[in-house]
Formats: sequence, structure tokens, C-alpha cells
Amino acid sequence: MNTQKKEILVKIKNAGIFKNNKWLVKDVSLEIYKGNIVSLIGPNGSGKTTTAKIVLGIYQDIHGSVQRFTKKISYVPQKILIDWSLPIRVIDFMVLTQKLENNEIEEALKLTGAEHLKNNSLTKLSGGELQRVLLARAIAKKPDLLVLDEPVQGVDFSGEAALYELIKKISESLKCGILLISHDLHMVMSSTDFVICLNGHICCSGTPISVAQNKEYQKLFGDHASQVLSLYKHNHDHDHSTDGSIKKKIN
Amino acid sequence: MLDDFFVRALIAGLGVALVTGPLGCFVIWRRLSFFGDTLAHAALLGVTISLVVNMNISLAVFIVSSVVALILLRLKKTTNLTGDALLGLLAHSSLALGLVVLGFLSFIRFDIMGLLFGDILSVTKIDLIVIWVGGLAIILILKLIWKPLFASTVNYDLAAAEGMNPEKADIIFTILMAAIIAISIKMVGLLLITGMLIVPAAMARNLSNGPLQMVFFSIIGGLLSVLIGLFTSLKINSPSGPSIISVALILFILSLIVTKKNYKIFK
Repeated sequence: MNTQKKEILVKIKNAGIFKNNKWLVKDVSLEIYKGNIVSLIGPNGSGKTTTAKIVLGIYQDIHGSVQRFTKKISYVPQKILIDWSLPIRVIDFMVLTQKLENNEIEEALKLTGAEHLKNNSLTKLSGGELQRVLLARAIAKKPDLLVLDEPVQGVDFSGEAALYELIKKISESLKCGILLISHDLHMVMSSTDFVICLNGHICCSGTPISVAQNKEYQKLFGDHASQVLSLYKHNHDHDHSTDGSIKKKIN
Repeated sequence: MLDDFFVRALIAGLGVALVTGPLGCFVIWRRLSFFGDTLAHAALLGVTISLVVNMNISLAVFIVSSVVALILLRLKKTTNLTGDALLGLLAHSSLALGLVVLGFLSFIRFDIMGLLFGDILSVTKIDLIVIWVGGLAIILILKLIWKPLFASTVNYDLAAAEGMNPEKADIIFTILMAAIIAISIKMVGLLLITGMLIVPAAMARNLSNGPLQMVFFSIIGGLLSVLIGLFTSLKINSPSGPSIISVALILFILSLIVTKKNYKIFK
């Protein structure tokens, strides 16, 4: 993969968050370039969302360094809870952090298949519909960096494939960088440029093929992983306890 | 015309309703009703301080409420107590302090009922200036921070990620809350200020589809409550604050009927 010539968007180095006497994530380094899709995978509680929030600058006391080279950032959070007491329609939500022309709103909603929801109340949408609206809002302002935290959860099976296809298309047409958190290993392995496998720290990272062959990855994902891999010998020097912290292997 | 106490009360009340309308919506959206109560409790301490050092009541209340609000924001970050425990702690300790100080001021004749429930007779021309200048300032600042504040109300992380600086907006909003309590304390009284914030906004929710619409109806509801409430208070000689809130309650009940018929004023 040739990333040398590409414009860098975010660079984080040895970043971590220490909260309540525990490292949520530790020593995470990654770079995101324009036009590339970087994906984060890992079990529950492995720090994927935390890492995304470090990239976005939501946390204030971060260890390590974070550099962002763009301000045009869009975020699709993992979940968004809106109380009934707040009356907000899809069109109000589309312009939450940005100014948009009516045709830009419609175009973005059309891309994610949500144009018919424009005047609906956000609280009345189903999980899948809400995901489509979240994605539409994020792409509407044509960001340089798009951070997607489980962007297709709750979307039906056929819609899921179409949305992943769309995400790939977006990264090509907008030339934006994408940080993607996903459970869908097939999508991750087939369509992303760089994969980071997290478990409190970076277990392994690299191109999808090299990660698929990694023993750490195989161990984390078990049977799922075996669909995509051929066995590959790997120097394995540590192990994990149930909370994700590292146990040194005793030989 | 301004020499008539009732005209003064009317002008003051309408000024207050203009501001509690939009702020009340945020109180409901952000689940801050207990926070409003806390600031109102703290206001008593402000009132007693104003008596001790002979300062304008609104100014003293504004300072004390702001300090309590900022202490709350600080404590939320530094302790593990839940938000409502912190609110209770601050509300009742500042109320207790206020009452203790008040106890020492036996030489001052002071209308405690007027303080608790509002007193239209006591609205002076200076109060009018405080309400309208302060009120317009609050509305102007709220308009300036509307976008980041609303974004952070919908989703804090999203607002922070997309460069809206929600923390700053949240702090400014907290100060605005202290300010509205300071300027409306004479009109509505400190026990009922939160009601003035919440009841018209709750009514407005039943009639609206969008956020701006809700702000609009909340203002209208507040203005109507003040108008009808004050005239009633004059006619049947009832305390002004409770009369206003009672009218707001009636409007809320009427709005429930509208919702039940599932009819929105604007589709």
C-alpha cells in the first residue's frame, strides 16, 4: 500500500486513556490518510469506540499525542438517544452542526436511502432508519475525515451490503479518509486498506491479508476468522486475561 | 403609565416570559428542572446577602446562583456522586445558609412570602430596567450560542467531534440560567421560577414538531400565562406568581387535549 504521497489527516501516537485506575486503551498509534479506509476491529470493551473518540478529540486528558490536520470531520456515533421531550425532525438533525442547502440535504438522504424520512420525527425512526439518517448527516457536509462507529447496526441484511458499498464509494468520490468500526469482518477484510485489531492495545495491524493471517486475530475472532485466512506462523509473546489486560506468557 | 403598579408588573412579567420561553425548552430537553430548583434555592442566600450589603437583589442573586452553578459543574467533574445528589447537596446547603443569615437579620423587616411566591406590588422602575436589559441580553447570548448548545443537547460527543465546542456553550448556558432566576425572582418568587420555565415549555412540546416551533409556542404560552395570571391576580387578589403558574397549568392541560386528538398545529 502506498500511503507516502497521500495527504495525512490524523496522526495519533502512543495515545491512551487512563480512567478510574484502569487503562481504557493504551499505546494506540495510527495514521489516517485521505482516500483510505482504516478499520478498527476487536471484541466488546476492547477500546474501539474509545480510540475513535481519541481521534475525534472528544476526550480531554489523553496520554500521548494526537494531531488532526483537518477540521472538516464528521462522526457517526454508535448510538444516539433522543428523548421524546425534544421535538426534532430529520431535516433539523441534518443541519445540526452544519449549514446545508435543501438540495444537499436531499441528495445525502437519497444516497443512504432515507429521502422519504425527511420530515419524520427522529424519535419515531426504527434503528435501521436512524442509522441511515446518521450516515446521511455525516456525509452531507462532504468531510475530509469520516469516523463511523458501527454505521450499519440494525440495518437489514440487503441494506447492510448496500450501505457498505456506499461507504466505499464515498471514500472514493469524496477522497476522504474513513475510520470504521465494524463487526462485519467480511466487509473489513474485503474493502478496507488498513486493519487495526484492538484489545486494550493494538494486538496486530496491517493490511487485511496480513491481519487475517495473524494468530492474535485468529484467536480473538475464532471461527469467524477462519473464513478469511490461511494459517501463518506468528511470534506470539503475550496473552490476555478476561479484562483485556496483558498477561506475559510463561514458557 | 409606569406609575401604576399593575402596568409595571405586566411589563415585567411579559419580559420574564419572553426569556423563560426559550430557556425553559432547554431545561426540558436537558432534564435540568432540578437544576433550576437548585439555583432558586441558592437565590435565597443571594437575597440575604443583598440585604446585608445593601446591594440590588437581582445582582446579588445572579452572583450567588452563578457561583453555585459553577461549583456544581466543577463537582460533577471531580467527585463520583451522582448529579441529583450533588444538586440536592447544593440546593439545601445554600438554602440553609441563606436561612441562617436571614435569622441574624431580625432588625430588617422583610416580606418572606413575597420572596417565595412573587409580589407584583414590589416591582420598581429599576426592576423593569433589570428585567428588560437583562432579558434582552440573555436572549441575544442564547441566540449566539444556539447552534453549539442545541447540538450538544442532542448529542454531546457528536457536537464535540464536529468542532462545536459544546463545553463552552454548556457553561454559558449555566450562567444564563442563573441570570434568568436573578431577574425573575421578584415576579414569580423563588419557589415557582422552575415552574415558569417548565410548564409553558411542556405545553409547547405537545403542540410542536420542531425545536424552533417549540420555542415559539413556549414563549406564547408564557406571555399568555403572565397576562391572564396577572389580571386574575388583580381581580381576585391572589398572589401573582402562583396565579401565573396556575394559568400555565391550565394551558398545559388544554395542550394535552390537542395532543390526544393527535392534531399538530403545523403538520
